[in-house]
Amino acid sequence: MTVEPISRVEVEHVASLAKLSLTDEQAQKFTTQLDEIITMIEGLDEVDTDNVKPTTNMADATAILREDVAVNAHQKDALLNEAPETEDGFIKVPAIIDESEDA
Amino acid sequence: MSQSYESITDLHHALVNKDVSATEITKATLADIHDHEDALNAYVTVNDEGALAQAAKVDEAGVDAGNLFSGVPVAFKDNLTTNGLLTTASSKILENFTPIYDADVVTRLQNAGAITIGKTNLDEFAMGASTETSYYGTSHNPWDVTKVPGGSSGGSAATVAARDVLASLGSDTGGSIRQPAAFNGIVGLKPTYGRVSRWGLIAFASSLDQIGPMTTNVTDAAAMMNVIAGRDDRDATSSTKAVPDYVAGLTGDIKGLKIGVPREFLGDGIDAGVKAQIKAAIKQLEDLGATVDEVSLPHSTHGIQAYYILGPSEASSNLQRFDGIRYGYRTQNAKNLDELYIKTRSEGFGDEVKRRIMLGTFALSAGAYDAFFMKAAKIRTLIIEDFNRVFKDYDVIVGPTAPTPAFGIGEETKDPMTMYMNDMLTVPANLAGLPAISVPAGLVDGLPVGLQVIGKAFDEEHVLNTAYAFEQHTNFHTLKPTMNEGGRA
Repeated sequence: MTVEPISRVEVEHVASLAKLSLTDEQAQKFTTQLDEIITMIEGLDEVDTDNVKPTTNMADATAILREDVAVNAHQKDALLNEAPETEDGFIKVPAIIDESEDA
Repeated sequence: MSQSYESITDLHHALVNKDVSATEITKATLADIHDHEDALNAYVTVNDEGALAQAAKVDEAGVDAGNLFSGVPVAFKDNLTTNGLLTTASSKILENFTPIYDADVVTRLQNAGAITIGKTNLDEFAMGASTETSYYGTSHNPWDVTKVPGGSSGGSAATVAARDVLASLGSDTGGSIRQPAAFNGIVGLKPTYGRVSRWGLIAFASSLDQIGPMTTNVTDAAAMMNVIAGRDDRDATSSTKAVPDYVAGLTGDIKGLKIGVPREFLGDGIDAGVKAQIKAAIKQLEDLGATVDEVSLPHSTHGIQAYYILGPSEASSNLQRFDGIRYGYRTQNAKNLDELYIKTRSEGFGDEVKRRIMLGTFALSAGAYDAFFMKAAKIRTLIIEDFNRVFKDYDVIVGPTAPTPAFGIGEETKDPMTMYMNDMLTVPANLAGLPAISVPAGLVDGLPVGLQVIGKAFDEEHVLNTAYAFEQHTNFHTLKPTMNEGGRA
């Protein structure tokens, strides 16, 4: 694979996918740094992985199922207590749709 | 006061014999911690009131003579949830997070009578090798306070090295227990993946993370494993395999033990002083009756590359949950939900966490998935196969824990790549899910060096016993830090 440097546009796109906004300075810095890291990572290309199965799970056994029993931990108040804003036993958030936003 | 006890067993006997009460040892420990905090910044939260309340309960009930941890102060890395006690993962985004449940390891230690003395500093969300990415400031190395304590479990390592406490817990995703253990001249064990429940560990990379003990000596690490290892239904990846008595396995006899030394672990990029110290350690193991051969883990040199794809990929997924809705930091004045997410995360995460989230998001994105994520997952298989091949003929693998001794604060923060290279010798064990320990192996220019021992999956016994045999024939673990600048003379 030829190493194409990651562009600032790509970095900003990835940031938006990850729900992050970057300052000008950050975008610039991250573009350089991510490019360096990705260039380092691309050294993997020299390894032949044809016919190699990927490893994505390290558990040593197949899943053990618990009994299908509902449990009520009675922790609603404690949980709501951790939420930044609540009202009438619900977590409060701002409007989901903002009129000014492009669809 | 912990300083007058060389081991958990020593302290336990003093508690049982009523030479000291749980309250007295807890008070003395808190005093030591506060004395050292200016120099070390090892803690995010010191649990003064809670610890004294727990100690009072132990004293009231009487110290349990059958329980080694009864009345023993223990520090927890601040990415382990503690019921009712602030848990930040050293991030601003959790600056006000008080969990409503204990991590499984915390429950097990508390049931054994341990005192929760405080929550130790780490790199934000355990992403780093120095604690310098912590929102709550850098911790300092007690051997030379101008140096980093390593990371990410740097606070847990520094407080044990300073002998505030005899035991702490850390977590290890790519070396975060072993590297700080090496930098601080203490023992740190990353158990086999699945040996210890991850329930209540704030997830970084779920296929790599493991919790493990950090102690002043191998016996104490084994004793801690006896308490924290075992199946937990709340962690589906925790193993149902029987837990052996790890302390009973410490015979100190390694005659005939077959040791492999990977040539890749003593190659380029390893400090000459570290190399010399590790070669001397290997000679020592040979003198104790082990057979030593050079072996090869050819794909281990690609470990760092695979790790910096897989770790960030899993992190980018795990850290989606921090959105300002249910707990933790929330931005002010967001005009809609999307803006709430974006502002909360942008204000709440530090730069290193953002870098890794973006790296992972990139590696998992449509155009890059095959070339990055899948490629790394396949390299992981090759690394596992390398270990399997060597472990057909050898009992353990040894080498250095880290390529250098502790580096200076601020020295490596400007360039993430330099920082990432700290993990080159530790990530292979995480990628393969294997148990690995760092045990003190002497000093280079007044700073500690760690000997790493890696074992077969669920064979903590050989790992611990090899480290124990080495420890019993050296005095490195008895060396104590200066708490000053400039290292030990």
